[in-house]
Amino acid sequence: MTLAAHRPASAMHPHPHAPDDPQVIHIDRAAGVNRRQVLAAMAASAALANTACSPPPRLQAHPYVDLPEAGGGNLPLYYASAFVRDGFAHGVLVGTQEGRPVKIEGNPSHPSSLGATDVYAQASVLQLWDPDRSTVVRQRLERGGDTRPGQTHAPAAIASSSWSAFEAAWRERAGALSDPHGGATLRVLTGPMTSPTERALLAALLARGPRTRWHVHAPLKDVAADDGSWMAFGRVVSQVRHVDRARCVLALAADPFSDGPGAVRHAMDWSNARTALREGDAGARAPALFAAEATPGLFGARADHRVALSPARIEGLLWRVAAHWMPEITPADVGLADPAVAAFEQRLVAALRAAGPDALVIGGAGLSAEAHALVLALNQRLGAIGRTVTLIEPPDAAPGAGTLADLVDALNAGAVDTLLVLGANPAYDAPSAFDMPRALRRAKLLVHAGLHVDETALLAHWHLPLSHAYEQWGDARAHDGSATLLQPAISPLYDTRSTAELLALLAGDPLRDGHALVQRQWRAGRSGDFDAFWRASLRAGTVADSASPPLEVHAARLPPRLALQADPATTMLTALFVPDPAAHDGSFANNGWLQELPRPFTKLTWDNAALLSPATARRLGVATGDVVRLQVDTRSLEAPAWVLAQQADDVVTLPLGCGRRHAGRVGNGVGFDAGALRAGTALSASASLQKTGRHHAFAVTEHDIGQHGRELLRTVAAGGRLPPEKPRDALYPPFASPEHAWAMVIDLDACIGCNACTIACQAENNIPVVGKSQVALGRAMHWIRVDRHDLEDDGASGFQPVPCMHCEQAPCELVCPVGATVHDSEGLNVQVYNRCVGTRFCSNNCPYKVRRFNFLQYSDETTETLKAQRNPEVTVRQRGVMEKCSYCVQRVARARQHAQRTGEPLVDGDVVTACQSACPTRAIRFGDLGDAGSDVVNARASARHYAMLAELGTRPRTTYLARIRPADPA
Amino acid sequence: MSAVFSRRAVLVVRLAVLALLGLCVATVLLAVWRARAYEQLGEPITQPIPFSHKHHVGDDGIDCRYCHTTVETAAHAGLPSTAVCLGCHSQLFRDQPLLALLHRSQASGQPIAWQRVHVLPEFVYFNHGVHVAKGVACVECHGRVDQMPLAWRARPLQMQWCLDCHRDPAAHLRPTSQEFSMDAPLPPPDQAGLLARAAHLESRRRMTDCSTCHR
Amino acid sequence: MADVPVSRETGVLRAGWGYASVTDKIAGLVLTRPVRWPWLAAFAATFAGTLVYLGAMTYLFIKGVGLWGIRIPVAWGYAIADFVWWIGIGHAGTFISAILLLLRQRWRTSINRFAEAMTLFAAGMAGLFPILHLGRPWFAYWLAPYPDRMNLWPQWRSPLVWDVFAISTYLIVSALFWYQGLLPDLATLRDRATGRGKRIAYGLLALGWRGEARHWARHETAYLLLAGLATPLVVSVHSVVAMDFAIGNTPGYHSTIFPPYFVAGALFSGFAMVLTLAIPLRKAFQLEDFITELHLDHAAKVLLATGWLVAYGYLVENFMAFFSGDRYEIAMTVDRWTGFYAPVTWGLMLCNVALPQVLWWRAARRSPWLLFALSIVVNVGMWMERFLIVVQSTSHDFMPSAWGRFVPTRWDWIFLFGSISMFAWLFLLFIRLLPAISISEMRELVKEESE
Repeated sequence: MTLAAHRPASAMHPHPHAPDDPQVIHIDRAAGVNRRQVLAAMAASAALANTACSPPPRLQAHPYVDLPEAGGGNLPLYYASAFVRDGFAHGVLVGTQEGRPVKIEGNPSHPSSLGATDVYAQASVLQLWDPDRSTVVRQRLERGGDTRPGQTHAPAAIASSSWSAFEAAWRERAGALSDPHGGATLRVLTGPMTSPTERALLAALLARGPRTRWHVHAPLKDVAADDGSWMAFGRVVSQVRHVDRARCVLALAADPFSDGPGAVRHAMDWSNARTALREGDAGARAPALFAAEATPGLFGARADHRVALSPARIEGLLWRVAAHWMPEITPADVGLADPAVAAFEQRLVAALRAAGPDALVIGGAGLSAEAHALVLALNQRLGAIGRTVTLIEPPDAAPGAGTLADLVDALNAGAVDTLLVLGANPAYDAPSAFDMPRALRRAKLLVHAGLHVDETALLAHWHLPLSHAYEQWGDARAHDGSATLLQPAISPLYDTRSTAELLALLAGDPLRDGHALVQRQWRAGRSGDFDAFWRASLRAGTVADSASPPLEVHAARLPPRLALQADPATTMLTALFVPDPAAHDGSFANNGWLQELPRPFTKLTWDNAALLSPATARRLGVATGDVVRLQVDTRSLEAPAWVLAQQADDVVTLPLGCGRRHAGRVGNGVGFDAGALRAGTALSASASLQKTGRHHAFAVTEHDIGQHGRELLRTVAAGGRLPPEKPRDALYPPFASPEHAWAMVIDLDACIGCNACTIACQAENNIPVVGKSQVALGRAMHWIRVDRHDLEDDGASGFQPVPCMHCEQAPCELVCPVGATVHDSEGLNVQVYNRCVGTRFCSNNCPYKVRRFNFLQYSDETTETLKAQRNPEVTVRQRGVMEKCSYCVQRVARARQHAQRTGEPLVDGDVVTACQSACPTRAIRFGDLGDAGSDVVNARASARHYAMLAELGTRPRTTYLARIRPADPA
Repeated sequence: MSAVFSRRAVLVVRLAVLALLGLCVATVLLAVWRARAYEQLGEPITQPIPFSHKHHVGDDGIDCRYCHTTVETAAHAGLPSTAVCLGCHSQLFRDQPLLALLHRSQASGQPIAWQRVHVLPEFVYFNHGVHVAKGVACVECHGRVDQMPLAWRARPLQMQWCLDCHRDPAAHLRPTSQEFSMDAPLPPPDQAGLLARAAHLESRRRMTDCSTCHR
Repeated sequence: MADVPVSRETGVLRAGWGYASVTDKIAGLVLTRPVRWPWLAAFAATFAGTLVYLGAMTYLFIKGVGLWGIRIPVAWGYAIADFVWWIGIGHAGTFISAILLLLRQRWRTSINRFAEAMTLFAAGMAGLFPILHLGRPWFAYWLAPYPDRMNLWPQWRSPLVWDVFAISTYLIVSALFWYQGLLPDLATLRDRATGRGKRIAYGLLALGWRGEARHWARHETAYLLLAGLATPLVVSVHSVVAMDFAIGNTPGYHSTIFPPYFVAGALFSGFAMVLTLAIPLRKAFQLEDFITELHLDHAAKVLLATGWLVAYGYLVENFMAFFSGDRYEIAMTVDRWTGFYAPVTWGLMLCNVALPQVLWWRAARRSPWLLFALSIVVNVGMWMERFLIVVQSTSHDFMPSAWGRFVPTRWDWIFLFGSISMFAWLFLLFIRLLPAISISEMRELVKEESE
């Protein structure tokens, strides 16, 4: 009778492409719609009592035709694979339910993951089911007439075609390639590529003709870093950092916790290295973090000592520090001292000296090539190379490959007959100075292959749909070079090919099937039992000891010191181009989960903003929300400003990846395209800024940074102890959970505010995306929000994940008139959606404000692919019901049911919540208070343990461990 | 002046008022009756293939688990795949027109669309595996399937019906050896207690928690 | 003839009125008085407003409460403020008719009828809002205890469940009370009506009242009984409504003063609304002889007294915030004075505390139009008070990271003014179809005043 929320599995048609059509119960959607209308009508109609009892719709059940191996059950199946971002493999376990990938977990045996994930890996499953993905081969019928720069063509000029048609067209084209004396020229443009199979096939393609060339385009690549390593060692090297081995880490304009493929590993290593310290050993050896950053990053927020400086001043600092280890650096090179950072510098030098070979210096984007070279040299002098940092051949090294600039020149010279763009989108993310759209039109034949029909696809003569990482066989390398095999968790949803399969087609390879191609690649030159190797590698999700060997390097040459330029004239700002924390380089722009994910520092959603420091903003008379015009040489751009306390003076940070024109229904026109200001591949520029007088409305989830003296996020000195919670006498008897007593402890000393928990929860619990306007109205639906607080000592930021507290004396339960939120015997505060009538009193009465309400029909009930992504173990909420963190009750239930069925008792670690499993620093622990040896029981015994707002007597089951203050406050 | 209403008129008015009250009562009763009717107890449901449990279970004595393969391990009991049916019917009655649909499904790969007999609301997360493990026999909820030419619903499947058992499960348990038999009687009360203890049932509180069935 | 009583000049009734003339006057308003354009205009306007209101409701049921400005943390907005406001207004009627009756206050006679009608309509408006504000209003009946097939019952600890009982009881009793008082007058109208249709209609409603001594005796008893029943309700209803907040732990909700303070506020706004209705009524229908300056004067005095009770409530609320030393209460209170909603705070102080002080002057109490203006001011002030309690408290509670501001959407305003026009529309219907002043009781008054 109560036709409330429905499970998506029951709303899904078996997909024709799915390898094993899950046993789905198919509800006639019309009935569903009618149901809602009836409900609405019922509410108005007086004859409610009568109509409420109309019969349930007649349902059908579709069994398998052939029950697949491991089919039938309702337990998730995990496939070890990898998510490939910027060419690098992030090892994941793709969790499938009833044959559909629905949730990503980290792969414990993968070096870049160790079981954790970042936000992108979590969001990648939505990318797979993105309704705007390219589904068919498209061919442009006539050449678009308009070649004015910046113009893209109406999709109308493009008609859907087929692979066979393309293959035919390609075959006649390819004939011209192999013509020995000056045949047709072929250029291939790809993103960074680490896949052995793809590179082998690409080589084969390039070998087909004399006038072929490969170009690599990575919009976010820090070119200066490569140039720096050229200066130092005469070759390009990639640095693998071992934060866990370090005693002192210095990050210069770098954020090792979020930049690059090793970020998750860095955070994990750092967190592990603090274990002893967290257990109360004040003298424990933990890496001291020093951050000199131009724009706030997760590393800086967590650093023991932090200064905000413009890149130029950071380089000054670097030279001064380096001079202590390099007598050959003359005082002239060192330049003037920077009084503002004297204390920091002093402490830093002392720490580096103490650490010696256990020191680690990291240079980031925005530094000059010379600075990068000096960083390498300094690491070498410190003895860190080979210890805290290993130099390896870059897994994505592309010797002989040209740059995008070379390609543009060739195109403009009209020297390109055929251009293949594989998995890149230069029409959007190339620096605007290249005027890429115009250049691309110069190619006589432009073929684009990608996940989406993006800006480049619209210019191409042919667009070829690529398979998603979870639909294909493939391989890729991790940040340390170790290889991972990609295996499909579902067969392609649409008529797509993997990059390897496409390359095989282009290269005229006899093999066309991805599986065969990858196997051939790995079988080559491998002795012994290949099948055993293959199975082992697939199962582990990584190829055993395939990490790149460390390089031997000669003593680094010292770079020349660039002319000491003082800070840019006060009117000029240093513009820093950084990846947007959500859209990255733009390839995630169409991902609703990421767009709605509050950016770590601004808590901004559905936007990017030009970040300014308070002092600079004051000087320019700019306030948060003012639209400003930025000018770099001749290029200008209008962007809304955001004043951020942690930002360095005279620096404006411009996140790339927004302002897409053809990203899809989600990403189109979100934010501004900072790329419009870029002159070249450099990630910084000198810009001027004026107010336009117009104002921009942001959608923000946290308006008040700061605690108003309330001890919500507590800190404690190393080895210190929080005052013990004084027992309160209560009217109600204490809550007893005889069987299990679930509880969560969140270690604020480990939390780096990366948001992985928030988005993992969103994926696991079918949490809807509500859109910018609703977020602005304060209706974001995240079950676990990450609050940011400015800490009293120095400018550091503290992050505090806040899920439901599952109070033992829950205020919400007292006031619900229908008993829709109640306690279960294991201490879970459960929300019974199908009983909720939506008075919202529970939310008013929740001191922690963790309850979320479906003010409108938020969950998409019409888009098939989105339904397919949903977790069938979790109810999809209907409009008008309250929801909140459930401690992943479905995971608790799965474990309990298994225990009940098999008789094996539950043990600690049987239940892992979604947020817990995603967390890169293992800050979240979950378990049974009844189990004396469990992780949470130990955590609750810690000297840093406290309950938030304990004075209210709610007796929360979710509690916190205080963050440890730096040894000597800056 | 004359009264507005004659005696008769007054009578009519009174009767009308009475009738109105009667109508209210009737509406309530109607609602309750219809609600009962929708339980569809004992109504055979026509299927694309007139599959007879009576024949397969009653006459042939095929075990439930032969077709409902995942009933002991998973939430769904599992409807037999086309292949399972063909396990026998590739030999037996293969030319029966009744089975044409089966062969078509095999050929086309399109599943057979059976009409559901036992339907729970989508927000109810029922798990066959646990119930079987604890000794709740098939017949307990599905009735004498071996006597159903076409399957029908034997129990109301209303929340209060579920609760009746969750509040006092002991009275509904059978020894695991008899779970899949259709005619095994319920054991006498003294044994019921033993069975309950042997099954390590969760506490009554736990079994009546909302979160046991709803998420 | 000497034995026919004629009223002498007293405060509550002017001289020269006899049984017949009183009856003629009041019944005439309903039966013979022609419809004039002011009434028609008002009727048309309010009817249009009512239609808009009903349309908005339908749309609300289809789209959901997201139409309003409510959000997390401010999950309650105008709907609840309006609800409390209307319930408050719905207090004066029963207070006048029941409590003043028991206190033998003669001056109640000429105002109790339409005051009760006002109560009924206001309570009706109030009763709608809790249903409208539900996320899934089609399940509103789950708040009622009935044996269902889920074996579920309401959660009795929730004040919202108490509300259901408090409000429905109040509605039923005040409706009965009002209707019972109407019976003799309905009979009078039946007997005086000329058209057959009217006679039948009034006849049916009069339930065969023939004015026999037996009828009168029973009527008296029942009337007193109901008055006795209604009296505690005057206190209970708004006390329970106050619990909706007082039970909550939110700073600004969680306060023991709320029940008495809400009841006082209710009478305050109730009497304000009585004046808002009475003054135009007596003017339009030339009822100055029945609703005299004395009535206005008394009502004004009640207004002044209850106004001070309310002021005391404010005082205690603010004092306690600091006296308690509770940092959250203090922060919330300071935010009320200085924060985003400070204009509302000071606005309601002006309307509910400062301006009513003019009532210390007799002249002010007896000047209809000033009273009318003031009554409007008080109504607005009391609405702002409800708004402040409901919205500001939740917008600024325990976790700064979750603070957020409620800003009304146009739908919030539509529902506020929609309910007001529906209320006015019903009242306009009432004064044309039923005697706005009790004929029978006025005749008693004539008798009493003649001696």
